[in-house]
Amino acid sequence: MNLDEILKDAEREFTAAGSLPILDQVKARYLGKSGAITAQMKTLGTLSAEERKAAGARINQVKDQVETLLRDRRDAIQAAELERQLAAESIDVTLPGRGDTVAGLHPVTRTMARIEALFSSIGFEVADGPEIETDFYNFTALNIPENHPARAMHDTFYLEGGNLLRTHTSPVQVRYMQNQQPPIRIIAPGRVYRCDSDVTHTPMFHQVEGLWVDESVSFADLKGILADFMARFFERDNLPVRFRPSFFPFTEPSAEMDIGCVICNGAGCRVCSHTGWLEVLGCGMVHPNVFGHVGIDTERYQGFAFGLGVERLAMLRYGVDDLRLFFENDVRFLKQFA
Amino acid sequence: MQFSEAWLRSLVNPALNTQELGHLLTMAGLEVEAIESVAPAFNQVVVAEILSAEKHPNADRLQVCQVAVGGAEPLTIVCGAPNARAGLKTACALVGAVLPGAQLQPLQIKQAKVRDVASFGMLCSSKELGIPGDAAGIMELAAEAPVGQSLRQWLNLDDSLITLKLTPNRGDCLSLAGIAREVAALTATPLAPVDCAPVSAGGDATHAIGITAEAACPRYCGRVIRGIDAAASSPAWMVERLERSGLRPIHPVVDVTNYVLLELGQPMHAFDLAKLQGGIQVRMGRAGEQLALLNEQSITLTEDALVIADDSGALALAGIMGGAGSAVSEASVDIFLEAAHFDPDAIAGRARCYGLSTDSSHRFERGVDPQLPRRAMERATRLILDICGGECGPISEAGSGVAAPAAIDFRPARVRRLLGFDLADATMRGILQGLDLGVAGEGETWAVSAPSHRFDIKGEVDLIEEIARVHGYDAIPVAAPRGQASLLPVEEGKRAQHDLKKLMVARGYQEIITYSFISEDLDKDFRATGEALPLLNPIASQMGVMRGSLMGGLVQTLKHNLNHGQERLRLFEIGRAFHSAEADAQPRLAAGLAYGAAHAEQWGEPTRGVDFFDIKADVEALLHPLPAQFEPAAHPALHPGQCARVSIAGQAAGWIGALHPRLTQRHALAKVPILFEIDLALLLSGQAPSYRGVPRLPAVRRDIAVVVDEKQPLAAMLAAVRAAMPPLVSDFSLFDVYQGQGVESGKKSLAFKMLLQHTEKTLTESEIDSAVQEIIGILGNQFDASLRR
Repeated sequence: MNLDEILKDAEREFTAAGSLPILDQVKARYLGKSGAITAQMKTLGTLSAEERKAAGARINQVKDQVETLLRDRRDAIQAAELERQLAAESIDVTLPGRGDTVAGLHPVTRTMARIEALFSSIGFEVADGPEIETDFYNFTALNIPENHPARAMHDTFYLEGGNLLRTHTSPVQVRYMQNQQPPIRIIAPGRVYRCDSDVTHTPMFHQVEGLWVDESVSFADLKGILADFMARFFERDNLPVRFRPSFFPFTEPSAEMDIGCVICNGAGCRVCSHTGWLEVLGCGMVHPNVFGHVGIDTERYQGFAFGLGVERLAMLRYGVDDLRLFFENDVRFLKQFA
Repeated sequence: MQFSEAWLRSLVNPALNTQELGHLLTMAGLEVEAIESVAPAFNQVVVAEILSAEKHPNADRLQVCQVAVGGAEPLTIVCGAPNARAGLKTACALVGAVLPGAQLQPLQIKQAKVRDVASFGMLCSSKELGIPGDAAGIMELAAEAPVGQSLRQWLNLDDSLITLKLTPNRGDCLSLAGIAREVAALTATPLAPVDCAPVSAGGDATHAIGITAEAACPRYCGRVIRGIDAAASSPAWMVERLERSGLRPIHPVVDVTNYVLLELGQPMHAFDLAKLQGGIQVRMGRAGEQLALLNEQSITLTEDALVIADDSGALALAGIMGGAGSAVSEASVDIFLEAAHFDPDAIAGRARCYGLSTDSSHRFERGVDPQLPRRAMERATRLILDICGGECGPISEAGSGVAAPAAIDFRPARVRRLLGFDLADATMRGILQGLDLGVAGEGETWAVSAPSHRFDIKGEVDLIEEIARVHGYDAIPVAAPRGQASLLPVEEGKRAQHDLKKLMVARGYQEIITYSFISEDLDKDFRATGEALPLLNPIASQMGVMRGSLMGGLVQTLKHNLNHGQERLRLFEIGRAFHSAEADAQPRLAAGLAYGAAHAEQWGEPTRGVDFFDIKADVEALLHPLPAQFEPAAHPALHPGQCARVSIAGQAAGWIGALHPRLTQRHALAKVPILFEIDLALLLSGQAPSYRGVPRLPAVRRDIAVVVDEKQPLAAMLAAVRAAMPPLVSDFSLFDVYQGQGVESGKKSLAFKMLLQHTEKTLTESEIDSAVQEIIGILGNQFDASLRR
């Protein structure tokens, strides 16, 4: 067999070998001890020195070619085998993951967390207090004497023994100031209760009360912090705000804070009763009588307090149009706030 | 409070349009709740007189009218109204007029042919013009209405109704005069005074007045007016103002007292003199005394109710409502007028207590100018004499009156400090004086005295508010937010509530917020601590008591969602439970509920129901890294065999368990919910980590399996071993529980893993064996455990 035929045969047989073990067997037939190339090498001894040189070079050249063919074929077979393995192991990656799903927070919690985060960022601490309160903390200490018409604004739930459900989170500021001299910067988020239930009122809702008392905290500070808060809360840098004189027994001067309607941007819509403004917060400078009840020197200290309704802000923020949804606890509603 | 803009403008007329006036009031703290036009837009509607009305030749129900509208010739107008008749003054829309029309779509009046008769306009009903009134026929105007005049002008229809939402401190603005004073001060516009000039007595009739409750009634003015004309009626201008304030005309004398109440803010009352027996007595009620009120309600008085009485008994609930027996009526000829000052404390709360709310009580509760009764009496007398005739006696006055309050010390520097900006002394002085406040003194402290109508001003801070308000809140600068100069303390060991909530959410629990009040039955089923705390005035019995546990609300929410198609639920709530009304017995709890399949329905694993240990893993995750124990205990709402008390660092902290079968059945649940409830304060407690050395050598593991009675709780075995195990055992924990083939019935096999560790050297086999034997000994001796072969 001449070398050209050997090369041709090797190429044919390598191509025919479908797997590595077969390829190895085929390889032995050419490059093994009794392989065709090896046999050719053995014939060199019968040749003259000159002939041997030329024939040897020729054999080595063919051997290299056979080895190259073999290597290429080996690579091809390995690549094909990997291809087969990958095809066999492939899965439907669009199937859902195994294991439990993540649930969500209540929208009121989301909103309160946001309010807390914003106020914490300028140094307000979170304070807390009981929900069954005494008349003293809920009313008297807040400068709301018995029979004051302001009490009619708070439809109060009463319990036996003269206790009541707090109608606002303001009692927390009284309890806090009893134990702590200024400087004081707190917010008090929590549940409050009023004996009122209709489309726009639930007998329980959430408030965040805030208080900052120090030697020079002024009405100008109140305006600055609350305007900034609303702009940050709604993520609107140029949110219009306005402060209107109002009345709360525990602050004076008192104000209602309005923001430009975040639904219609002030153009007028159902949510803002076509006024372009939304009432979002009550605030004012702490009344000296309140400081008097907790033993804070009114000549030295002054400060502001505010109270806002969490559900109202949540409704405006997320576009919820029915207050009662917050307490029906239908998971189809709640899971939207994950 | 609702009133007519035109009435206000008759007292003070600033150069502002209606919307600007509304804005001014709102921004001064008198919040405008609504501004409504008295009539919608329409034009070319005039006062007309029907000269003749003939039957239409081609229609039974129509008439052909000749109508005078002020032009040279009368107009022919076809009209279908049954009340169209010759001589009637009515409203006529001329050809070209635009009327409001249905749904406020403008309607243009054109010349038309009605059944072959040409008609040149339309006679209008109130409804067609969009104004209140009888819609059955065309308008019937007063006989003196001038033909040809614009109807809008004749009926003052270019007016608006303004409704104010007044805060309780601004009782002084519960009158037109009060609002006008405010507008005058805010706009520096002159104020037209209300005529309260003394009316000289035509006769000398008086009626005796005695006050025995002078603290409650420091001033009482009375006046007799004799011989009023029973046929008189209130003039149109007064009726119009009353109606535009939401009051209906009743009787000219009553209308006058109502008018004065609106105009000046002084509630008044008129008695029929003939029905009084003896002098007027202002006294406290007598227990059990009966009084029939004007609104046909009969009340039983108490000793804290102030009354106006005569010899026969109580006549009226002072400052709240008159009595039926002594009221003026069409038959009244001689009347006795009352204008008194009642102390707010004497009236506050009383009306509510009898379920009443009147214009009078509304004002007295908030305070009324104590100097007003005499002026109001003069004003009312003048009006009654003008309208009803008669002859008045002199004013009788009882009571020592209310002393003018002392002047208030006022420091301009204090204003600047509280408001946070520089406001000139002169500006402040101007504002105070503009509000009729007396300002005396110069320098650091001024003496400011409030007029009697500003009874709400009692201290320096009230004056500061007035200055801020009149200067304008908008004009106070906005200070850039100032942060705290020092960092807030952060306790590293403590966890934040929100972190805990996020952990629950990550483990698949949806947060809910349920009402803190639940039904008495539900509370009874779930309360483990304290007594029921009922509300005295609940919204409904299902919200009658404060919850003693959060579990009831979780079960209710579960049911609500099962009814809405859910099958598998994980819920949690963080909130307070109420063990008593004491401030420290209202712990915040974190509670959860799991129901349905252990894992959300999926393709990859067989479905099984959730059980105690699934949820225990959640609770353990919640507790981590706190030292917590679980031990069998009884809770009224939980399965006695599947319930554990959870303790944290030895303190009872809560519960975990399967709902009691009794309750599972009562709430008609197909599967058993697993519940837990842990004290939040304990959950959030903790300490910063502290380092212990890490062993250099690997631990040796040995496993043993022992067989014990199947009722033997694991916790006791772990506790006993951990208390007594040799120091080189670093961990001893369970990894398998087995019952079945190879284990005697009534027994269970427990497999434990123990890790043995020496910090310094490699352990020898004999050291390991002796430690293992020691533990087997503890288990054998204390729990009758045998090594499983």
